[in-house]
Amino acid sequence: MDESRRGFIGKAFGAVAAAGGVASLIAMKKTWDPLPSVMSAGFTTVDVSGLEANKLEIAVWRGKPVFILKYTEDMKPTDGRSVKVGDHYYSVMIGLCTHLGCIPGYEGDKKMFKCACHGGEYSADGVNTFGPPPRPLDIPPFKIDGQTLVLGEEGPEYKKMTAKA
Amino acid sequence: MKEFKILAVIMALVGITYYGIEPYAHSVMHPEVAEADFTFKDLKNVDTSLAGNAENGKVLVEANCIACHAIEAAGYPAVMPNADAAASYGVVPPDLSHAGRVYDKNYLANFIFDPVSAMHLQHKYAPDSGKAFPMPSYNWMSAQDIMDIVAYFQSIVPKMTEYKAQHKATFETACGRCHNMKYAGLEATTPADVIKEHMGATPPDLSQYIKSRGEHYLHSFINDPQVLLKGTSMPRVGLTEEAQKEVIAYMEEIGDSKKAERETLGLWVMAYMVVFAFLAYMWKRKIWKEVH
Amino acid sequence: MAEFKKADSMLEWFDQRLGVVNFMKVMMTEYWIPKNINFLWAMGVLLTMLFTMLLVSGIFLLMYYKPDVNMAFDSVNYTIMQEVAYGWLFRHIHAVGASVVFLVIYIHMFTGIYYGSYKKGREMIWISGMLLFVLFSAEGFSGYMLPWGQMSYWAAYVITEIFGGIPFIGDELVVWIRGNFYVADATLTRFFMLHVLLIPLAILGAIVFHFYSLRFPHVNNEEGEFFDFHEESEKYLAGNKKESKVIPFWPVFLSKDVFVMGVFLIFFFYLVFFHYGFAMDPINFDKADGLKTPAHIYPEWYFLWSYEVLRGWFFEIAGISGKDLGLMAFGFANIIFVLLPWLDRSPIVKPANQRPMFKYWFWIMIADLMVLTEFGKLPPTGPNAWVGFGASLTFLVLFIALPFITKIEAKKAGGK
Repeated sequence: MDESRRGFIGKAFGAVAAAGGVASLIAMKKTWDPLPSVMSAGFTTVDVSGLEANKLEIAVWRGKPVFILKYTEDMKPTDGRSVKVGDHYYSVMIGLCTHLGCIPGYEGDKKMFKCACHGGEYSADGVNTFGPPPRPLDIPPFKIDGQTLVLGEEGPEYKKMTAKA
Repeated sequence: MKEFKILAVIMALVGITYYGIEPYAHSVMHPEVAEADFTFKDLKNVDTSLAGNAENGKVLVEANCIACHAIEAAGYPAVMPNADAAASYGVVPPDLSHAGRVYDKNYLANFIFDPVSAMHLQHKYAPDSGKAFPMPSYNWMSAQDIMDIVAYFQSIVPKMTEYKAQHKATFETACGRCHNMKYAGLEATTPADVIKEHMGATPPDLSQYIKSRGEHYLHSFINDPQVLLKGTSMPRVGLTEEAQKEVIAYMEEIGDSKKAERETLGLWVMAYMVVFAFLAYMWKRKIWKEVH
Repeated sequence: MAEFKKADSMLEWFDQRLGVVNFMKVMMTEYWIPKNINFLWAMGVLLTMLFTMLLVSGIFLLMYYKPDVNMAFDSVNYTIMQEVAYGWLFRHIHAVGASVVFLVIYIHMFTGIYYGSYKKGREMIWISGMLLFVLFSAEGFSGYMLPWGQMSYWAAYVITEIFGGIPFIGDELVVWIRGNFYVADATLTRFFMLHVLLIPLAILGAIVFHFYSLRFPHVNNEEGEFFDFHEESEKYLAGNKKESKVIPFWPVFLSKDVFVMGVFLIFFFYLVFFHYGFAMDPINFDKADGLKTPAHIYPEWYFLWSYEVLRGWFFEIAGISGKDLGLMAFGFANIIFVLLPWLDRSPIVKPANQRPMFKYWFWIMIADLMVLTEFGKLPPTGPNAWVGFGASLTFLVLFIALPFITKIEAKKAGGK
């Protein structure tokens, strides 16, 4: 009698104690979460109306550089990658090499990006063309609002793009 | 049995010590003061039983008040930027949109009649002090005219549907010209150096005042600062009891925003500990049965 | 290298490499505790639990606290209390825990004094315990500074100022301690270092030593009875559990401790969630202002008795100023408890209620400490000042008289 009764109560008590421990761990995990002020600050607004064609504009979104490149007349937009704002096309991409995260430089005369760290190359629409980068430059969530881009918000155009890919 | 006796002794000694150093000591340091008076019965210069005519009030307000005061709700914007108004008057004159709601009728009427005595600032603006309160007194106006003005202000109060927005509006009306509230992102509308000059000391930031002063103290203090802080430059602002509750509610929303979460979780945790203690007792009994 | 045969179970694998089976016996299942004890014997485990809670809650506070005079207050009262998920909970646990730990320390300490658990071989346990009291006091004091409220600032100012009373080197010493002429950023950051690193390490070391020193003389019991632990443990291991005078630490002793802990935590969490003003004084929710002392200033409750001994002397006696008398009395009060094993001249280990003279000494001391605590909080004006003086004087007299009282008591008992 003793062993099994004590065994049952011991197990029940142990289970309740463990439940308390798990609840504490969950609370502790949440304490590590990024603060509400950090999450709400994850939006950047960019006005593209005054941009020069073929001149790279760099915005900052969530601490990362975002490349915004207005196309010239002869640059062809890529389906599923180029963004149309008003009458012009733009590349909107996170300016971090998909290989190991360096910031590639833009060469306007060749209309391509080159990464100094390990020689990776991308075309103007951000598609990786040479070297170690495993995939094209990432496209951040964006929303088109007239002549402004709101980085961080998923607009319908972004949703369509990511659905296609 | 014996252990209960030991526990009783400990609880008694701790209880006596606790009583002495908390409730008792604090009552010595903060003796009770007179009840807050929301009728402002010391103010008797205007016959407030007169029914006010809001239309005539509007005419009077246009003639007498909007030269200095903004009234956004009635379409009168501020005459000049806050910094300039502060430089001219020592403090930014309040926007009067919510005045008819937050200020007590008796107080408001008497304030118009004689601002300094309504605010209990006679010690600061004594005749021989050389200081003049920026707003003139309207003791030359008839009681009927004053009540008309009050009726007008009551008629233009904007309807607010969301209670949190109303709490904020009341706070900004009653306190926002002089006090910062950093945690709400609010800066006093009067620039810091000007308000310090005007008041003699910088009005404190109110972000944590709900924690440092508490509801009980604030209830008495806001109603008449002189009772708890004699000689202070802070005016009695004449809030109704309802408006004062809104100010305190807002201070709580900004200064103690986790209160609801704390009180809910507290009950769950205590309930858990009761279950824990019960099971611990059952387990202890089983184990000690063998050794007793 | 020792020969390692293939282990038959995971337990055996660990035992071959770490000696876990023996370790468990020594630390737990064959660590013998007397059976005739009451729930006061659970205070040690309660303290270990509270210290762990302080450590863990402190770790999470440390993630967000900023030790800089411009950022400290808001990092606590905005970021931690209102932005961080459960930040308010960790702060409340930390503040209430820091206050309640002293309640349990005092109960634990006075239990030791009551039952004579500081003498006859237990002196090192007592001394390491008093060292822990001093370390916890320093930890509490340094921690209280960190929120950088009005009480934080002025407590730090007043207490560091005390060192100015030391002859010759006093003034320079105060500046050296503060790192500046007044309590400034330098003071905050060094107290932060003390609170977060140095003192916790010292506490951990002292706890280990305290537990170690317990092993040789064994834990005391309700009657102060001496018995042969080896003999009694043999009885228990032979299966004679009811007759044996001892119980193993695990599971028997700890099962009762855990129950006491469970009941205690109901009370503790009530304080954490609903009644925490005594541990988080409202005055400390005003940001520190070096140009404005609060109207009412007082230390945390557990320092009040000591604070009153310091300020209870308000007039000159025999050419020594009240301030210096207070300083000397304060120094005396903080050392004298350590010397208790040698002030008690009676070798008898018995609970106070069975010692004809000591029992009066004990309860008068308790009453005196309660009076000192109360008057340490009240404004020291009028009759309060005289009561405070009387209580401070009584404290000195009590401890000076103790050797004489216990000597007489021992002689009477020896003559019986």
